[in-house]
Amino acid sequence: MNALPLFASCAAMLMGLGLYALITDPEPLRKILAFNLLGSGVFLAFGVISRRVAATEFEGDPVPQAMTITAIVVAFAATAMAVALVSRLVEAGGRATVASEASEEPDADGGAS
Amino acid sequence: MPGVAALSDAAMGQPSLLVLAIVLPVTGVLLSIVAGGRYVEAIAFVVLLSGLVIAIFIFDGVWRGGRELTYVVGGWRPPLGIMLRADGLSALMMSTMAVVICVVGVFAHADFNSRLEAAETRSPFVFWIMLVAVSGAMNMIFLGGDLFTLYVALELLTFAAVPLVCLSGSAETIRAAMRYLLFALLGSILYLGGTALLYGSHATMDFAVLSQQAHLEPATLIAAVLMTIGLLAKTALFPLHLWLPPAHAGAPAAASAILSSVVVKGSFFLVVRLWFDALPGMLTPAGAQLLGALGASAIAFGSVVALQQKRLKLLIAYSTVAQIGYLFLMFPIAFNAAATPAQSSEALTGGMLQAMSHMTAKAAMFMAAGLIYTALGHDRIADLGGTARALPMTMLAFAIGGVCLIGLPPSGGFLAKWLLMRAAVETGQWPWVVVMLAGGLFTSGYMFIVLSRALQPSGEFLKLGAALPKYREAAALTLALLSLLLGFVALGPLDVLQVGSGTMMAAPG
Repeated sequence: MNALPLFASCAAMLMGLGLYALITDPEPLRKILAFNLLGSGVFLAFGVISRRVAATEFEGDPVPQAMTITAIVVAFAATAMAVALVSRLVEAGGRATVASEASEEPDADGGAS
Repeated sequence: MPGVAALSDAAMGQPSLLVLAIVLPVTGVLLSIVAGGRYVEAIAFVVLLSGLVIAIFIFDGVWRGGRELTYVVGGWRPPLGIMLRADGLSALMMSTMAVVICVVGVFAHADFNSRLEAAETRSPFVFWIMLVAVSGAMNMIFLGGDLFTLYVALELLTFAAVPLVCLSGSAETIRAAMRYLLFALLGSILYLGGTALLYGSHATMDFAVLSQQAHLEPATLIAAVLMTIGLLAKTALFPLHLWLPPAHAGAPAAASAILSSVVVKGSFFLVVRLWFDALPGMLTPAGAQLLGALGASAIAFGSVVALQQKRLKLLIAYSTVAQIGYLFLMFPIAFNAAATPAQSSEALTGGMLQAMSHMTAKAAMFMAAGLIYTALGHDRIADLGGTARALPMTMLAFAIGGVCLIGLPPSGGFLAKWLLMRAAVETGQWPWVVVMLAGGLFTSGYMFIVLSRALQPSGEFLKLGAALPKYREAAALTLALLSLLLGFVALGPLDVLQVGSGTMMAAPG
């Protein structure tokens, strides 16, 4: 049980790092990695909670574990989708960046049909 | 005897429809992938029409039964199992959404016709599958009764919505989709973090159980704040709206209509569920004022930027940013210390009605803009002269949608704003009334710019690039008229919103 605070603070640090990079880094690939870091922090938090909430007869509460598995699948799918979008963006000849929000209005024929 | 009563209850309410509303679209998506591009449109139509029928039956059951429908999935009761619930809110939103999606589907038939083309193409295939997926995910959001089911539903909605943004495959739209996806992922992971914290302190995800257990304490508060920020990023409330205009303006018209009218309402609906149903009485007046202030800023910012737009679709997209602001004005009005439960529920009714009017009106406006683009080959507002003469039905649909957004009687927008304003006045919150009136003025401003251009005679004969099938114009007009007539729901089915909202009456009064 002594390890719980350690894991909890690891989770918090992962979330903090991920959140910081997700907001500040302009590179899409790094943003995707940051999202995964943030996600790992949340999953770890689920693990800590699973142990903390556990009823007496279990080592750990199975409900957060089930949710973590679902969330991992979702995060994996999201990552795959984001990476696919980045590679399509490069194929379509665009720079792989989502930066410069202000200057970047879609032009007059921006795909509207 | 009780057995017989339960049986007749089940026959009347048909709770199994709830699970069908989610399973049917999912089956449709899987079938479409197996069947391939030729049959996708047919499958989508069957699924969407059955979805409409199901939504109407659920609405009927909730309205006439006067109580919420529940379905316990697999016989596993909460807190361990998953329970689907249809109360008045979800029934009304579901039905409105089903109508909007069906009409947009009819409208999209010309753009994404998968039958006639010799070779299968990618974009019709993706569009119809994602349209069905959006309807399924939205149904899941409306019916879900616990936080984790709703997390999965939110993610499904995001995954269905992002491809709709970049259907054309150009670099700009892919970049817009990318930005949307990143905002949405940030939002969903914050939501998930909040879910984890809530489970950590209450060991449950179920709304009904949570609403009885939760009380104001740091962990719960942090969880709720995280979830709200995440949902606001997905709803594109100012200042988290950056992704919305390029994403909604760059998509094909039918996709824009769905994204702008339906998809943003999904995460908004979750904010409502969270604060009104799961954590009733937890939103402090200060927090509610903050949400309202963000809403007011959204109205001011969105409207001012909309006034400066040169392209019709971007104008409509910025108008969505502003209209989303209205949705959040109901929080300070409903959660004011002076508000009685009746006034809170009036504000809630107004807010939900605003969501429904925006759904219908905005879909109509985006479809009209798409038709104008198809006919003229551009959507520059400055060159719209003569459009009203060349495309009277389309411009009428656009104008009626605008009437609803401005909030003129008898539109749904009028009734919504009237309810919100009345609740605001009765609880002595004058600033929000001023905000709403100013917002209406702004809205009339940008509607006037577009309509005055369109009504001007053009110098030479307006050459239309393509003939428009009448049914497409009729589709836009149908939704516009629906938004106009939505005001008349006050005469009847509006009471349905009270069904199953018993928990929110526990709000501080």
